[in-house]
Amino acid sequence: MNTLALTAGRLNVGDAGITAVLGYAVVFFGLVLLMCVIMIMGKAMASSGKKADAKAPAAAAPAPAAPAAPSAPPAPGSAGEVKLFDVPDKEAAMIMAIVADQMGKPLNELRFKSIKEVK
Amino acid sequence: MNILETLSKLVTESGFAGFFAAGGWKNLIMIAIACVLLYLGIGKKFEPLLLVGIAFGVLLTNIPGAGLYHMGMWDSYVYGCPYDPVNDYALYNTAQERSYNDAELNYYLYARSCGQTTDQIEAFLSGAEKSEAELNTECTKLGSSSDFDQSIGMDVLSKLKTELSFTDIIHLGGLLDILYIGVKAGVYPCLIFMGVGAMTDFGPMIARPSSMLMGAAAQLGVFFAFFGACLLGFAGNVAASIGIIGGADGPTAIYLTTKLAPAFLGPIAIAAYSYMALIPMIQKPLMRALTTEKERKVKMEQARNVSKVEKIIFPIVVSVFVILLIPSTAPLIGCLMFGNLLRETGVTERLSDTAQNALMNIVTLFLGISVGATTVAARFLSLQTLMIVGLGVIAFMFSTIGGLLMGKIMYKLSGGKINPLIGSAGVSAVPMAARVSQDVGRESNPNNFLLMHAMGPNVAGVIGSAIAAGFLLARFGG
Repeated sequence: MNTLALTAGRLNVGDAGITAVLGYAVVFFGLVLLMCVIMIMGKAMASSGKKADAKAPAAAAPAPAAPAAPSAPPAPGSAGEVKLFDVPDKEAAMIMAIVADQMGKPLNELRFKSIKEVK
Repeated sequence: MNILETLSKLVTESGFAGFFAAGGWKNLIMIAIACVLLYLGIGKKFEPLLLVGIAFGVLLTNIPGAGLYHMGMWDSYVYGCPYDPVNDYALYNTAQERSYNDAELNYYLYARSCGQTTDQIEAFLSGAEKSEAELNTECTKLGSSSDFDQSIGMDVLSKLKTELSFTDIIHLGGLLDILYIGVKAGVYPCLIFMGVGAMTDFGPMIARPSSMLMGAAAQLGVFFAFFGACLLGFAGNVAASIGIIGGADGPTAIYLTTKLAPAFLGPIAIAAYSYMALIPMIQKPLMRALTTEKERKVKMEQARNVSKVEKIIFPIVVSVFVILLIPSTAPLIGCLMFGNLLRETGVTERLSDTAQNALMNIVTLFLGISVGATTVAARFLSLQTLMIVGLGVIAFMFSTIGGLLMGKIMYKLSGGKINPLIGSAGVSAVPMAARVSQDVGRESNPNNFLLMHAMGPNVAGVIGSAIAAGFLLARFGG
């Protein structure tokens, strides 16, 4: 049997310590750099979103104001809309029913903001 | 035809006889270990998708005479030294850290002709370098005391391979040697990373970028275990491979170990996947010990919604920045982010589905069984394996501690808005570690839902462990 070299490239305590600290610092540096980039990206997205929102009413203003169709009144007990992310309607209905059952409260007294599948 | 002679030949050439040969008992122990691992995978459901494959690889490789995996062939490939296919032996002088010189090669051929085993030859050549005169004297001694059969040495010489390539391995190797090429070339871990990327929603991390700090802090165990392994006398490259167990990321551990210390792939992969399955047992006591009841009760505010455009830009930005920072992370980060891009674009659903399911399953099959095949008894049953197992659990514990401490710092800095329990999820192991944060959080406050908040540090940990691996590869890789 060949026992592969265990001693080759052995580090002394100082070198091992420096390598460990440097490695940990590099991981921090990499993720902090990424954090800054994502924060900048998020801010840029938010500001472009605001600009788009501001432009939308301005563009709509010159158009003759069409009488807005009155939105259908929500069904009695309805608590607004729920945003679904990667969840089919049927599953969402099932989840809401289960939550209501578990909490012992009628469904029309609960407000669901969004349902998202955790993968 | 002599029936007795035929039967005798059948018995001596069977695998059963291998158990009674020198060191054959070690194979029996390895088969028992394989059965224990199979029990853990099937009975206890410890990471079954990989552990069952690894365990079966352990079983197959340790059946004498099966010839599915050749350790000597891979040693020869790694060291670039001549290979003796007759005895599956790499002609590498471990003590001198070089291939056999001409005198040692002649001694090897002569000693084999005299019936010496490769273990006996290696034992003689270990220690101080032997001069040509010493080797000649030993040959004379062997020749006078044994039945000399020149044809054995001539057979070895005629089949000797001076340098092995993957093509030679395909020609000479067994089934698991051929599958192992995918590990050795770094293909399987990267493809697994592609599937992981396709399955991962980085939204929670994008919504709360500060969670990356916890993902970074939770790499503490990697470097702590690396330092510990160095103190225990492991070479830097081996210590780096042991340390990466603390990243709690199987494909990263396999990738780095294959590049830096392939001889230790078996124990490191088994330790990494076993501890990942044991994460609840390792983390929960530490989480309870290092946090107060008040901290554990903190309910975190819902993070902002992340737009689709952000999710599409994210993998592109991460690939560019991280690979520019540490180029050696390119295979892992590149595949992880490519998989994620497939998921988020919305126009490559078929590819994303393939990466998440069909491809992932096929690669997992090959990866598990070929990694298990590296656990050859002669190498696995050693003090080093026990040390690796011990250092692995220390690595996991310190990674958890690192994440929790950063969580506590962020709890203070945020004025009590961040629950420190989510810090422990920074150890990768997606999504198991995030689920543990959720469980421990609900023990203190049953209405607390930390899962999505913990997913931020959790996926940051995947990137963090890839960066740690890239650093270690850059430091110790050839």
